[in-house]
Amino acid sequence: MTDSAIAIDLAQTSVRALNERLHRLPADTNERLWRIGNPQGAHAVAAGLTVPIQIEIDGHVGYYCAGMNEQATVTVHGHAGTGLAENIMSGVVRVTGNASQSAAASGRGGLVVIEGDASARCGISMKGVDIVVGGSIGHMSCFMGQAGSLVVCGDAGADLGDSLYEAEIFVAGAVTSLGADCIEKPMTQADVARVADLLARAGIAADAARFRHYGSARQLYHFHVDHAAAY
Amino acid sequence: MPPPTDDPENGRPPLRRSAAFSPEVIAEIQRAADQGIYDIRGFGTLRKLPSFDDLVLLGASISRYPLEGYRERCATNVTLGTRFAKKPLELKIPITIAGMSFGALSASAKRALGQGASAAGTSTTTGDGGMSEEERQASSTLVYQVLPSRYGQDPAHMRRCEAIEIVVGQGAKPGGGGMLLGQKITERIAEMRTLPAGIDQRSACRHPDWTGPDDLEIKIRELREITDWEKPIYVKVGSARPKYDVALAVKAGADVVVLDGMQGGTGATQDVFIEHAGIPTLPALRQAVEALQELGMHRKVQLVISGGIRSGADVAKALAMGADAVSIGTAALIALNCNRPLHVDDYRALGTEPGACHHCHTGRCPVGITTQDPALEARLDVAEGARRVRNYLTTLTLETQTLARACGKSHVLNLEPEDLAALTVEAAAMAGVPLAGTDWIPGR
Ligand code: SF4
Repeated sequence: MTDSAIAIDLAQTSVRALNERLHRLPADTNERLWRIGNPQGAHAVAAGLTVPIQIEIDGHVGYYCAGMNEQATVTVHGHAGTGLAENIMSGVVRVTGNASQSAAASGRGGLVVIEGDASARCGISMKGVDIVVGGSIGHMSCFMGQAGSLVVCGDAGADLGDSLYEAEIFVAGAVTSLGADCIEKPMTQADVARVADLLARAGIAADAARFRHYGSARQLYHFHVDHAAAY
Repeated sequence: MPPPTDDPENGRPPLRRSAAFSPEVIAEIQRAADQGIYDIRGFGTLRKLPSFDDLVLLGASISRYPLEGYRERCATNVTLGTRFAKKPLELKIPITIAGMSFGALSASAKRALGQGASAAGTSTTTGDGGMSEEERQASSTLVYQVLPSRYGQDPAHMRRCEAIEIVVGQGAKPGGGGMLLGQKITERIAEMRTLPAGIDQRSACRHPDWTGPDDLEIKIRELREITDWEKPIYVKVGSARPKYDVALAVKAGADVVVLDGMQGGTGATQDVFIEHAGIPTLPALRQAVEALQELGMHRKVQLVISGGIRSGADVAKALAMGADAVSIGTAALIALNCNRPLHVDDYRALGTEPGACHHCHTGRCPVGITTQDPALEARLDVAEGARRVRNYLTTLTLETQTLARACGKSHVLNLEPEDLAALTVEAAAMAGVPLAGTDWIPGR
């Protein structure tokens, strides 16, 4: 990694020009550290990255920051709008503040860390991404979650894990209510180890043994008259 | 004189049957009473709806000048995505293949469609579950769908396709999500969708990361950013309120709007949804064109119409009403031998007959199209299927040109509402063209 970061000021440069430059980087680029200033809520900042570079964003971002990220490590030193790291494939996306709705929606891999709170639908439709939230999450989080882990150090809003497939949810605080087909499951030693590992990777201090484990009851896996009330 | 009878042996008077409680209705009530759950099936609407059959084209004579059928050029090329995309699609014909998932369809069916469409110079479209390598190889021009489920969504695949289609809804079920029944969720399909094999897969009806037109605008911008503003972005809507939905798609920044009428097909949906939600293609198309005209965006944002297109006559009428292109799904499968009387015993095993099959949801397609069973899939020869699809697309194009030339048009896109008349009052009102033999458009 080069010592000094390449600085981009979004007050001077458009998001388009920034993203185009980032998209042109070859996989073996030496331009590996970028500092982005003045995002001022701009949308799609650092979306669609494909190479293992490090991006530090100083300020708040709008929608879809680091959307569909592959390989890159993106840190937002501020808050993030809707759809942070949506459909992330790999790499790490971190927000030091809070994230709005649908953080890491449909993410297929990689790690998303929200040091503050996440709003509604955090991890909706997640497909393999791991998500660690330092604070609390809003309602309908992990709706139809298919794979990956959602670790929440604070509380979870209503209808957690509604219509869940095989994603696993771990919450340290209170859960307002569980959604259809989401049930509490035993917190095994393997689960504790898994949560501890994710917390360590996220750099968030919490006691893994305090978490409770939620997953799919798998009652909605086949259309059946006896489940009609749940649909 | 004995009383009239339909039963000469017993001499009984003809039986009277209820129109409201027809044999089909009685059977459905009793099926519901047995099973306690709605009927799920494939195909599209089975009932008769106002359609392009209710319109005719007005060929030229003295007041208009026709083109010579076999000698004068009638161009068919169309460019989609001219508004913002750096690389709009250049298609040789204004007929595209609609999105159908690998999962609902066999890999062989997807390949046959891709090869046939490529030979005819047009595009195919992925579907729920993402892009398969076979499909990418087979299709020279491939449109990548972004669906609410996001199953298998991969930015690398998106970048390898020529356009992106954000699917908001589908004509067979506007407002509904998808489903793929467990019998079709093989290991490969399950892996592509990150699902357990063999379960009845549900797809969401709303996108996970945007709600409403303002969000959609930002979503479109994100997709443009990710693909460096190269690819046309389509927005596909089912026809319910096309006037508003088309206007909002345009406002959100779509390059192309795809409007799927009520007659559009499905791999598996509740029968009640297929038959009772949405409006037919005919009025939907008119409202969509009006919305574009009101915004001054007709022909700037291209309009692709689908839902019940079967012949070159349908294509010509759709273009005359103002569409830039049409999209076909069910008809392309029929070209691949859907509902053909081959393997008739297998149709019977499904409780149906060739010509009445709508059993795509079962995964037991007798002709290898909508199945994941290797033995059934082997019945679809890819090269032969591709030839049939190409031939069908070529025929549709020739028919469209025939009608366009007769109307004096040197390009099929020069067809216009002026060239149309309606055969029924309903069609006149819905299509906004005069009832044949009058100047009357109901409601104007
Ligand atoms: S023949 Fe195959 S594709 Fe056609 S309706 Fe029957 S199951 Fe569906």
